[in-house]
Amino acid sequence: MDNPEDAAIFRPMEHDLIIVGGGLNGPALALAAARSGLSSIVLDALPGEIRQQDGFDGRGYAMALSSQRMLVNLGLWDGLVDNAQPMHHIKVSDGRTGDAQVFLGLHFDSAEIEEGPMGYMLEDRYLRRALKAAAEASPLIETRDGARVTAQVTSATGATVTLDSGETIAGRLIVGADGRASGTASRAGIRRTGWGYGQTALVCAIAHEKPHEGTAHQLFLPPGPLAILPLPGNRSSIVWSERDDRARAINALPDEDYLAVLRPRFGDFLGEISLAGKRFTYPLGLTLANSFVAERLALVGDAAHGMHPIAGQGLNAGLRDVAALAHVLDHAHRVGEDIAASNTLARYQSWRRWDTATLAASTDLFNRLFSNDNPVLRAARDLGMAAVGALPSLRRGFIREAAGLTGDLPDLMRD
Amino acid sequence: MTTTVDAGEIAKFEAMAAEWWDPNGKFKPLHMMNPVRLDYITTQIAGEYDRQLGTERPFEGLRILDIGCGGGLLCEPMARLGADVVGVDAAARNIPVAEAHARQSGLDIDYRHTTAEAMAEAGEQFDVVLNMEVVEHVSDPLAYLTACRQLLKPGGLHLCSTINRNPKSFAMAIVGAEYVMRWLPKGTHEWSKFITPEELYDLMTRAGLKPVDRKGYVFNPVSWKWSISDRDLSVNYVTAALKPGGSAC
Repeated sequence: MDNPEDAAIFRPMEHDLIIVGGGLNGPALALAAARSGLSSIVLDALPGEIRQQDGFDGRGYAMALSSQRMLVNLGLWDGLVDNAQPMHHIKVSDGRTGDAQVFLGLHFDSAEIEEGPMGYMLEDRYLRRALKAAAEASPLIETRDGARVTAQVTSATGATVTLDSGETIAGRLIVGADGRASGTASRAGIRRTGWGYGQTALVCAIAHEKPHEGTAHQLFLPPGPLAILPLPGNRSSIVWSERDDRARAINALPDEDYLAVLRPRFGDFLGEISLAGKRFTYPLGLTLANSFVAERLALVGDAAHGMHPIAGQGLNAGLRDVAALAHVLDHAHRVGEDIAASNTLARYQSWRRWDTATLAASTDLFNRLFSNDNPVLRAARDLGMAAVGALPSLRRGFIREAAGLTGDLPDLMRD
Repeated sequence: MTTTVDAGEIAKFEAMAAEWWDPNGKFKPLHMMNPVRLDYITTQIAGEYDRQLGTERPFEGLRILDIGCGGGLLCEPMARLGADVVGVDAAARNIPVAEAHARQSGLDIDYRHTTAEAMAEAGEQFDVVLNMEVVEHVSDPLAYLTACRQLLKPGGLHLCSTINRNPKSFAMAIVGAEYVMRWLPKGTHEWSKFITPEELYDLMTRAGLKPVDRKGYVFNPVSWKWSISDRDLSVNYVTAALKPGGSAC
C-alpha cells in the first residue's frame, strides 16, 4: 500500500492471541495455535532468568498419556523422552493411623489396557525448557519476559492489554494462563467459587536405594494423601498433604528431621531415602472460575480451575484446556469464523467447564473420603476398593481415566 | 448507502445484530448447527475449486451468493476466507442488521434486499450459491431452483440444505424445535412443504443442476451436538450440485 494512512487503517491485528502467563499452559497454547497458522504473543510477568534456571528443583509432573500425546503432536516429545519415566503401574493403598506397614488395596497395571503406559513422570525443568525453546523458535510466536499486564480492554472488534511499561498490545483474543490468582479473570469481572482444605501439599524429590520399577503409589493416610511418583533412575517425586499448621512446622525442619517425618509414612519398600532437590509447599484449595470465557477472552489452566493435586490432574487438566481451546480456534479459523466471537468461545466453555467441575468435585470428594479416620467411611472405602480391584472392566475404566483417555478428546490429544 | 444515516437507527441495528449473533439467544439452533454447516460448505467449495483450507484467505477470487442471509452467519465466514460475498434476504429488516455486524467485524460484504429471481433476471453470476434452509419456505421450488441455476457460472457449485418429510422430521423439526424446545417460533415450518432428498434431486435435475453429493446433519441429544452423517438424512440434510459446463465440472 502506497498511502500510509491506508496502511494504518488496514493494518491487521498485531496478534491473533494475547496470552497472559508464561508458565506451561501459555507457551503450550501458543505452540498449538501456531500449528493452525495463528500468531501469539506470550506475556510472562516473571523475568526470564527465573524461568531459565537449569538445575533440578524437585518438581515433577505425572503426565497422563493424553498429555504425552499432545507433546508428541506439538513435536516436543522426542526431546523429552530420554528424561521421562514411564508409569507402568499405579498402586492405591489405604493406610491406618499408627500402622507402619501399608495395606495394598488396589493395583492398576497398564498391561491391562492396550494404549501402553498410563503416563510419564517428567521433571518441571525439562518440560519448561522444551516449551520455551520451541516457542522462541516459532516465527508465529513472540515472547516477552518480565511483562506485567496492568489493564485490558475488549470490544466487539478486538482486544488490547497494557503493560507496566506503558506499552499497549493489540490482538483478537486474550487468554488468561496466569494461574490461580489470575489478574486476567479478575480484570474481566469473572468471580470464582472455591474453598481451602486447611491442608498444604509438601513436595520434594527423593533418591532411594531400591528401584521403583515404574510404579506410582497413591497412599491414603489419615493426615492426607501421599503420592510416590517414579522419576528416572532411583529417584521419586513425593507429594504429601498435611494440615496447614503441621505442614508449616514440618517444612521448617532441617532436611534430616523432614525425612524422619516422611520415612514412616510409606515404610521401607524403597530402602534408604535421601532428599534429591529442593522442598516446596503449596496450599491446597479448590477454585473454579464462574465462567471460563468473557468477551474476547478465555481462561485456561489454574486461572480457570485450581484443583487438589491428589491424582496429579492439575497440569493434565490445564493441557486439556489448551488442547480443547486450540481445537475450537483451529476449526473456527479453518471455516472462516471469528476466532474470538462469543459463539466460538461458547464451544470451548461448554466443552471444558462441565468436565472440570466434575473432576474438581470428584477429587474433592475422594480427598474428603480418604482423609478421614471415621470407621464407617473406612469400611465403605475398603469395600469400594475391593470391588474395583475385583472387577477387571471397572479397573480398566479407572486406568483409562487416569491415563486421560476418557471423554471427548481434542485432536491434539489423539493418537 | 444514503447520507441520511441516523445514529439511533444504527444503534438499534447493532442491538439486533447482537441478537442474531448471540449463541444463547433467539437463533441458538442456528448457532448450534453452524459449525457442521460451515464444515460441509467449506469442504465442498475447497474440493470443487482446489483450495487449501487453513491457509490465508483460501477462497480469494471466488464470488459467492448467500440466499436468505439473515444476520450474516454464513456470509461473514465466507468473506473472512477471502471470497467476494453477496448476501440477499427477502426480509428488508435483516439487511441493515447484517451490515452493522459486518462493519463491526471489519468485513466488506455486499448485502441486498432482493430475491434470487430478481438477481437472476439482472444477470448476476456466481461461482458458488449457498441456498441454506430456504427451499422449504418458497411457494414454487422448481422456479426458485431454476433461478439458482441461472445465478451460477458454468461449472458453478450449488449447496442446498433443507428438511426431509417423514414422521421423524415432523416430530423433530415441528413438535421438538417449535413446540417443546421453543427453539423456533411456532409456525416457522409447514411440514407439507418439506422435501425428501429424492424429490430435491429430481427438482434440481429438472432445474438443470447436476446433483453430486448429499449428507445428513444429525443432532445427538446426549452430546447436544450436530454432526455430519453419510447415511442418516432423515431430518436435516444438505446437497451439492453443479451447473453443467465450464472447466470446474
